[in-house]
Amino acid sequence: MNRINQKLQKNDKLLSIYFTAGYPNLNDTSSIIKNLESSGVDMIEIGLPFSDPLADGPTIQQSSSQALKNGMTTEILFSQLKNIRKNVNIPLLIMGYFNPIMQYGVEDFCIKCAEVGIDGLIIPDLPVDVYHKKYQEIFKKYSLVNVFLITPQTSEERIRFIDSISQGFIYMVSSASTTGAQNSFGESQKNYFEKIAKMNLRSPQIIGFGISNKETFKLATQYAKGAIIGSAFVKFLNKNSVGNIKNFINSIC
Amino acid sequence: MKNSYQADKNGYYGEFGGAFVPEMLYPNIEKLKQEYIKIMQEVSFQKEFQQLLKDYVGRPSPLYYAKRLSEKYKTKIYLKREDLNHTGAHKINNTIGQILIAKRLGKKRIIAETGAGQHGVATATVCALTGIECIVYMGEIDIARQAPNVARMKMLGATVIPATSGSKTLKDATNEAIRDWINKPEDTFYIIGSVVGPHPYPDMVARFQSVISEEMKRQLKEKVGTENPNYIIACVGGGSNAAGAFFHYLENEKVKLIAVEAAGKGINSGESAATSLLGKEGVIHGSRTLLMQTNDGQITEPYSISAGLDYPGVGPQHAHLFKSGRAKFLNATDEEAMQAGLELCKLEGIIPAIESAHALAALDKIEFKKDDIVVVNLSGRGDKDLDTYISYFNY
Ligand SMILES: Cc1ncc(COP(=O)(O)O)c(C=O)c1O
Repeated sequence: MNRINQKLQKNDKLLSIYFTAGYPNLNDTSSIIKNLESSGVDMIEIGLPFSDPLADGPTIQQSSSQALKNGMTTEILFSQLKNIRKNVNIPLLIMGYFNPIMQYGVEDFCIKCAEVGIDGLIIPDLPVDVYHKKYQEIFKKYSLVNVFLITPQTSEERIRFIDSISQGFIYMVSSASTTGAQNSFGESQKNYFEKIAKMNLRSPQIIGFGISNKETFKLATQYAKGAIIGSAFVKFLNKNSVGNIKNFINSIC
Repeated sequence: MKNSYQADKNGYYGEFGGAFVPEMLYPNIEKLKQEYIKIMQEVSFQKEFQQLLKDYVGRPSPLYYAKRLSEKYKTKIYLKREDLNHTGAHKINNTIGQILIAKRLGKKRIIAETGAGQHGVATATVCALTGIECIVYMGEIDIARQAPNVARMKMLGATVIPATSGSKTLKDATNEAIRDWINKPEDTFYIIGSVVGPHPYPDMVARFQSVISEEMKRQLKEKVGTENPNYIIACVGGGSNAAGAFFHYLENEKVKLIAVEAAGKGINSGESAATSLLGKEGVIHGSRTLLMQTNDGQITEPYSISAGLDYPGVGPQHAHLFKSGRAKFLNATDEEAMQAGLELCKLEGIIPAIESAHALAALDKIEFKKDDIVVVNLSGRGDKDLDTYISYFNY
């Protein structure tokens, strides 16, 4: 069984962390991953930087352009991940935009992911229907879980469809927004979390976008299987060394 | 096969097109996809649209026989005078259409991207006309080099927000507009300025611009007795003026379609915007098309003296016209375009936009017959480009 599904079966209140590969320094990737695992994080999303990250707010835009300036490429990322499975056991996903993956070749990209031990992909601008018609078989061949997003505007019918073709978890975007840290959630978000929880979907949900601290993490995990922190962690790395990652994780849970 | 060059129901032109948008935008794009053709076919919509094109934009735009230019190139050249439209370019045909759609969808806030500022001005204009709030994203670098258009937009009541991410030009302004839409999906309508972006935008914009070739047919019939020219020449940034000029001739293979891209300082100079030659297939701003990028799939910054042609991609229909060979893609350098622009001033008393001057520069690259009928789509006037002309030629 895929590490993502194992994790989803075993634990609740999962903490998943996103970081941009190649930021703050080109070669921080494996030490960030190791420090995250030893700090007790449940799952990691490795951001493959893109020049034009449409769904991201300023923090991740900035980390992506810095990573590219540092020289990050798809090939370098795979070489940095080459031996990662010697030390790291938690699920690892790559989150990236479709164009760099398309240029690498979708199947070649999947082969490489399988080779280095990536368990899943999150590609925000690869639409569900295109994936379903064109790429699903390739992803399955290499045992890669593709994760889809839903938002407060996603219709119930479409959520049911997404649920029916998801193999891992559903990525629940907390509000209509690009990525970015929020300090608290309002009523409308709570209503949305509640509505989804009541739908009894077969795929567990993990909430992302706007999770930044103990409070937002706690609230999100009352309704969902877990929560994802991205921008707040990237901001932390801007000011703190990789060796201090434990402090950030301890402040959340 | 009929209509093989138009979008299929999912917005594909051959392998190009589609809607590669994050889930956050899916409901908006899906709704627009369901509604746009229905709305455009409503009698009340057509009535309002046609009335505004006539009384506000000043259409039909003339088809002018350029006698002295024809003598020079030893053929028969007609200019489709989109430069005479209100606000000075073809862009207004599209913004009038889209604002009427936005109104019918009940949207209260308009966003747009702009490079040179022409589309920004055309959007601010229709927002003033309808009393709807207007926010225009413009790259910080473009704001600095297009000051008069920034002032125009502000005078028209628009808010101009600098795009400070990435390369701070048109592609980043487009990213910022898309991000704005993600954050305010319910009350906002995004008026895209060219035949780019996710389906249904390329098709919708092409339909609004198709008035250009619709009039052309009628005008040619009247002037020369046939609807069909031998050549239609248009410049291509994202491709909207070309899409409009080609629209009603796509299925008539006898009419040669010539798309002219900006070669900047030369195709191999590293400073160019000739996407069909330098680009590879990929996804930009929600569309699968040709775009300029690194081997690693990072989108690169194009260059042209003309800010309106300075886009790293090209609309999916043009990618298809290029790949299928239906249109021939030429290109013109800064120098060739500037000289062609100046030539039109001297021979015909018309100062063209530098974008349009690229189309004129193609006249020197084609072997015409004496009796060929050649239509050049003069997409805009050169008022906005005076500073560039002045410093280039030291006037
Ligand atoms: C006068 C003029 N022509 C052409 C263009 C290029 O756009 P498109 O290729 O969409 O016609 C622009 C864009 O700003 C323009 O202002």
